[in-house]
Amino acid sequence: MKLIFERSMPGRGQDIFPECDVEIKLPQAALREKEAALPEISENEMGRHYTELAKASRGVNDGFYPLGSCTMKHNPRINEKMAALPGFTNIHPLQPEWSVYGACKAMEMLEHDLGEITGMDRITLQPAAGAQGEFTGLLLIKSYHESRGENQRKEIIIPDSAHGTNPASAAMAGFKVVVIKSNEKGMIDLDDLKAHLSEKTAGLMLTNPNTVGIFDDNIMEITRMVHEAGGLCYYDGANLNAVIGLVRPGDIGFDCIHLNLHKTFSTPHGGGGPGAGPVGCKDFLAEFMPGTYSKDDGFVRAEKSLGDMTGFHGNFLVCMKALTYLLTIGAEGVPELAKNAVLNANYMMEKLKDYYPMAYDHTCMHEFVMSLEKFHKESHVSALDVAKALLDYGIHPPTMYFPLIVDEALMVEPTETEAKEVLDEAIEAFIAIHKQMMESPESVMACPVTTPVRRLDEVSAARHPILKYTAE
Amino acid sequence: MANTNELKYSKSHEWVRYEGDEAYIGITDFAQSSMGDLVFVNLPEVDDEIEVGEALGDIESVKAVEDVLSPVSATVLEVNEELLDAPEAINEHPYDAWFVRVGNITETEELLDEEAYDKFVEEEA
Repeated sequence: MKLIFERSMPGRGQDIFPECDVEIKLPQAALREKEAALPEISENEMGRHYTELAKASRGVNDGFYPLGSCTMKHNPRINEKMAALPGFTNIHPLQPEWSVYGACKAMEMLEHDLGEITGMDRITLQPAAGAQGEFTGLLLIKSYHESRGENQRKEIIIPDSAHGTNPASAAMAGFKVVVIKSNEKGMIDLDDLKAHLSEKTAGLMLTNPNTVGIFDDNIMEITRMVHEAGGLCYYDGANLNAVIGLVRPGDIGFDCIHLNLHKTFSTPHGGGGPGAGPVGCKDFLAEFMPGTYSKDDGFVRAEKSLGDMTGFHGNFLVCMKALTYLLTIGAEGVPELAKNAVLNANYMMEKLKDYYPMAYDHTCMHEFVMSLEKFHKESHVSALDVAKALLDYGIHPPTMYFPLIVDEALMVEPTETEAKEVLDEAIEAFIAIHKQMMESPESVMACPVTTPVRRLDEVSAARHPILKYTAE
Repeated sequence: MANTNELKYSKSHEWVRYEGDEAYIGITDFAQSSMGDLVFVNLPEVDDEIEVGEALGDIESVKAVEDVLSPVSATVLEVNEELLDAPEAINEHPYDAWFVRVGNITETEELLDEEAYDKFVEEEA
């Protein structure tokens, strides 16, 4: 496939952008010495270029996309329509509040709904994505301990099943990461937790259900133990899809949380727009919240606000998509979506467990983890090979090699928006690959065969990345 | 190639080669082969204090990132900067591709000799 630069011909162009009719006054230092080497391409050729790119990639619109811990649910088109309303798009954050009451009101509605859903007293919509939400939550915890003169609380406890962003965010916020073990059921080992709690504990970061798709039964005990040691409890909302409307983090001992609007709340993952990672907290942390929050048709800043995580109100239009979603499904729809997400995952797990060993013998929540360790030892077929083979069935691979505590892991999250027929087709594909593995493991290792490109040389790409086009 | 017979091994798959009061630390052949082709290595800095059981650095392949746990508490005297540009050296010659040279060793975890380590790996696998 040609790069857009390789389709470029000097003098070609298009009429989409009118000639600039504004005089541009910039200091000499800010101007380029020579023109930027932008591709010169006709509209016709440009359309073909992007269509070709689209055909070579896979998205949720192409087929089943059971990427574990990512909640690749359908992104309703009405979300896009609402977020594109001129009252939301033709405004500027520096406009006086009286001229944007509608937008203020919409943000207030979303803050209220997210607070209700999570059991939190205050929500900020500012953080631009999940990891920034985590970072924000950790800064809240840090501000809290420092405000009490407890500067020695520098340790954040994280289970070994956690998403990689958790230790990364904790380290970035200046904490020391203390990793604790999971027990044979995939839940937190209470003895190990106890052994690591001390006057140095700043808090615990937890995803519940966790990354092996299991809801930790001991959650009340866990949050109690952390609080008793003087620490705070942070809820990573990555897996909220399993319990939304059924369990509120605020009711099970969590002090602050982040949400991924692009997972649970149906806004697109990348490509179609950025993410958003609103953060919620209990009243006693509200004075440290970043950004502004809605109050009396306007915006106010918290008393000891820790500053801004990003500009203005974060990814405002993404928030409007999430609000549309909540208004569309309504209060009754919220617990129903969680139940269907759990039902779909258990249906697939039950149908597959005779073929693929599951990492934990347990009813799962919204996702389940299988281990291909046995196959890998017997015939060298790895989780990667099965993931590649699924591509030939038009299925996006599940999450691979995660969580790290499961060898040769494949983590499947079907979400609630897939119909039974889609799940059945995927189950058949998994079973067919199992049969192929038994009969001819080498052929599985040669997959995929029907995709635009076959196995990519990921190692060379990682060792010697070429990140930009350089003209000869 | 280093004489693997003279090395000591940790259960988290690091090797230690003593030279007088100092030691070189790397990862074992089993560790590199389970990670697959390595694409990135993070090393500590000279003069860093490293502690038993804590990460002295990490290694990354296309499928995972893993900590390299220190089998000793010691001071870093030298890091093998060649690995930063050529992490494949660890895959190719795991017992020559040392990560750090350390001194002032104050604590060492219980290490295995080659025979015991090979047996341990066999049981794990």
